[in-house]
Amino acid sequence: MNTLAARELDVRIGNVHICSRFDWQMQAGEIWGMLGMNGAGKTTLLHTLAGLREPNAGRVLLNDQPLTTLSRRRIAQQLGVLFQSQYEEFPGTVIESTLAGRHPHLHAWQFETEADRQLALQALASVGLAELAQRNVLTLSGGEQQRLAIASLLVQSPQLWLLDEPHNHLDPHQQIRLLDRLVQHVQVHDNSLCMSLHDVNLANRYCSHLLLLYGNAEVIAGPRDEVLNEANLSRLYGHPMCCLQAGKRSAWLPA
Amino acid sequence: MINSRPLITLFLLLLAPASLLTAMAVGSIDYSFEQLLRGLFTAEDSARHDILWQLRWPRAASAFAAGGLLATAGVLMQVLLRNPLADPYILGTSGGAAAFALFALLAGLGGIWIPGSAFVGALLSTLLVFSLAHGRGSWTSNRLLLTGVVVAFGWGALISFLLVIAPQTRLRGMLYWLMGDLSHSQQSWTALLALGVIFLLCLPLLRRLDILQRGELQAAALGVNIRQSQWLIYTLAALCTAIAVSLAGTVGFVGLIVPHLLRLIIGTSQHRWILPGAVLLGGSLLVLADTLARAIVAPTQLPVGVMTAAIGVPLFLLMLYRGQQR
Repeated sequence: MNTLAARELDVRIGNVHICSRFDWQMQAGEIWGMLGMNGAGKTTLLHTLAGLREPNAGRVLLNDQPLTTLSRRRIAQQLGVLFQSQYEEFPGTVIESTLAGRHPHLHAWQFETEADRQLALQALASVGLAELAQRNVLTLSGGEQQRLAIASLLVQSPQLWLLDEPHNHLDPHQQIRLLDRLVQHVQVHDNSLCMSLHDVNLANRYCSHLLLLYGNAEVIAGPRDEVLNEANLSRLYGHPMCCLQAGKRSAWLPA
Repeated sequence: MINSRPLITLFLLLLAPASLLTAMAVGSIDYSFEQLLRGLFTAEDSARHDILWQLRWPRAASAFAAGGLLATAGVLMQVLLRNPLADPYILGTSGGAAAFALFALLAGLGGIWIPGSAFVGALLSTLLVFSLAHGRGSWTSNRLLLTGVVVAFGWGALISFLLVIAPQTRLRGMLYWLMGDLSHSQQSWTALLALGVIFLLCLPLLRRLDILQRGELQAAALGVNIRQSQWLIYTLAALCTAIAVSLAGTVGFVGLIVPHLLRLIIGTSQHRWILPGAVLLGGSLLVLADTLARAIVAPTQLPVGVMTAAIGVPLFLLMLYRGQQR
């Protein structure tokens, strides 16, 4: 189980036709990377897949059930979303913000338990924020906020992960550390994950499958090794791309 | 920081009865603490008993209820609009209430007509803003805010017009009402009951409010039904404001500063602490302000709005200044 699927999906925003009659499925254990130029509709498609935006036509299915028939709470118990920018308006501590991830798992009259707190502390430790647990969220840097958001998502512990540019605001070593951590979590728990990226090399490093958005209703989706080639990428970015081999590793560069 | 929260809540729990007792002890005749307790709980001095229960209690209790309701509405509005500058009146609620109440005053009506018209005006204005902002498109916080501010501006013009055409004899009463006036409050138990009921209705929403203040998308992704929550919060806030305005006129400031004051002191925005704190602090603050308004240049009574500002402005600026240094 734990599948997310699109059926005959049609999504447009402004003048951009993101996809048309798009059929797609994400199975447990798969890591999808979503690539496309700025404005090709990566964020919009992610929001549509999360049920936060109505598609122009077609349906999104969570474990074979249309998202529109499920309550937000039921969806949030299984599907977690990382947004591109999350900023806080009101003060509060880092640990409180992390605990927000427990919301879909608690009833209206319940408060978080000690077990929830332990979970939150573990999540903070795993993104390297343990010592900031009592800090005011308004004083965090961009990178710290991004890690906090990921910690909150770990606490939500969904089976399906939709991440919008998870590497935003992070230094290179943090990007690798956090994506390692996330991908490992997803694989250990047999979850599935789809993330938008603007770095082909991160996609190449972490993803088993790729989804290329051309911004003209054309979408190429499939296993990484079938999709990732010079022709597809050069057309995607409107610039010739070439692949450098260094031992087992390969790196994509603009020619 | 964490451990200070129960202490602060305890302090507020004690502040509330203390402020009510102070309000009842102060007046044209001042009572000592012993006289106060005897007067309240025995009928040995029936004049004193009557002064306390018939005159001072209704006013103090109404002030407490109005203050608690305004602070609650402030908390709810700031979450709903996700804007720290939001207050209970930001959506033109007070303007509608004031215009209707002034119409009643101008027509020479009295008694229940004044709070009654204020209540109707508040709800009508809220409904107007909500349906205009809703329109056909989506309902964003900014759109709601702009609609509210523009409608409030319209009410403001109408109020000025009413004041200009009002005869001298009525003008003073109208001005007092505009700045907050508790001298006509008689419905003290109803007011306290309303405060209690609304507080209970908010209890199952406490965690949801925490999530909602992170923004709509974020809240939806965490399992909150946005549309339903917005309606619920909006209705509750509008009811709070309408009741408060009909009790006390348009008392400014309480709904804006009390939530901020609490966030600054407690260091969190978790509503399990903020909402009960707001009820207690808002209530106490208005009771104390009204007591000062009665006592400071007795027998002349100042409008309570003057006193909430006199206490609130320096207090808030001080807290803000200290919060910045931390």
